[in-house]
Amino acid sequence: MSMSNRFAEVKSTKAKGKIGNGKGMGSLLTFYFLLFTFAFLTGCGVRFDMQDQPRYKAYKKSDFFTDGRASRDIPEGTVARGLLKENKALHTGKIDNPDPNVQVETTTNAAGNTLVSSFPNAIDEFPMPMTKELVDRGQDRYNIYCIVCHGPVGAGDGMIVRRGFGPPPTYHDDRLRNAPVGHFFDVITNGWGKMNGYADKLPAADRWAVVAYIRTLQVSQNPEETMKMNSGTSATPTATPGGAR
Amino acid sequence: MAQFFNKSANNIARISMVAAVVLGGTAFFAYTQIARSSYLTGRYLEKQQPVQFSHKHHVGDDGIDCRYCHSTVETTASAGMPSTQTCMNCHSQIWADSPYLEPVRASFRENKPIEWERVHDLPEFAYFNHSIHIAKGVGCSTCHGQIDNMPAVFQENTLQMEWCLACHREPEKFIRPKSEIYNMQWQDGDLTTEERVDLKAKNKIRGKEMMTSCSTCHR
Repeated sequence: MSMSNRFAEVKSTKAKGKIGNGKGMGSLLTFYFLLFTFAFLTGCGVRFDMQDQPRYKAYKKSDFFTDGRASRDIPEGTVARGLLKENKALHTGKIDNPDPNVQVETTTNAAGNTLVSSFPNAIDEFPMPMTKELVDRGQDRYNIYCIVCHGPVGAGDGMIVRRGFGPPPTYHDDRLRNAPVGHFFDVITNGWGKMNGYADKLPAADRWAVVAYIRTLQVSQNPEETMKMNSGTSATPTATPGGAR
Repeated sequence: MAQFFNKSANNIARISMVAAVVLGGTAFFAYTQIARSSYLTGRYLEKQQPVQFSHKHHVGDDGIDCRYCHSTVETTASAGMPSTQTCMNCHSQIWADSPYLEPVRASFRENKPIEWERVHDLPEFAYFNHSIHIAKGVGCSTCHGQIDNMPAVFQENTLQMEWCLACHREPEKFIRPKSEIYNMQWQDGDLTTEERVDLKAKNKIRGKEMMTSCSTCHR
């Protein structure tokens, strides 16, 4: 106790004696150094300008735009490079000048659902050459986006259906075996029934690839077609790319 | 003049020299540990999201491919967050009345995006692009961990520069065949060292000088 008191006295006398001379500057610097270190360690005054730069990255929130989104839609009335969609067949799967008022035939399936069975406006040939690469790409995309409901071979028994989503029709009946390819393209593009369109996830070329893979599945799940292919007598129609592999 | 220092000052000097080294070393060690701690890196910290979305359920139980929702991961820098319509592709029918999904339905009704909390927040002085990592054979789980086991997603790695560089220096230790990129069950031991070196050449991964050049990531 007495020790510390004496020490304190000594220190204070020393300090008093040195105010005003050159060494006072040193203690002032020490004080600022300690203050700065303290401020730095406690996080005050630490800046994150480099970490959080005043620029937008994907999905960042924006205070500037009224809807709060930094990721902007393409302005209305503009066409991005490569998205003019001049080729109608390629981008819609429909014939030139489709008739919006055309009558379609319908059938009723066992579950009592009404199903469209004629597709007068849809094109019946692929608007691109059929290659193994296209079918492989279709398989790849199908197994991401379609398999969840339509199932691995298109029987309409995917995992989401098993979880309670209404089952989609199987690809493997005469109605869809005979449906033109443009119909499948239109369904993927714009949706059908409970299914939403997938144009936001699949560019037109990928959608056609998926259609090609659906045709392949239809051949693979059709015993007659498979036998024809195996015996080498298949008169491969244009709409069954599986036969061309 | 009396001696200023007592004789014990010799010992005090020696002890304080040792103490300075020990304390300094401890402080440095503590600094390295604190700098890598989840307190500063955010590692392992689950974030509260506006919707109680479970990757464990959607990926692990339902087997939905990563790209069903993160659909731009192969083509752009950002992996892509799903639009609310993507949620509604299924949830228009499944769990359509669940109160847990009200924020999703509200977003769809009012045409307002769901405001998710960013889990992996890279500092903006680091350039990162998902698509090139996918193209060169870096699998999802290599960086993101077992997402299929995460009810709430957390950051599996520190995202610090030393972590990035560990792979940029020796990518052959981490890459996998392109067919296995989205395979959550992939293990590093599934390929031999020779196969990995071959894969590195096949995927045209550049040399160490290029891969660890400053401007590769800081541009």
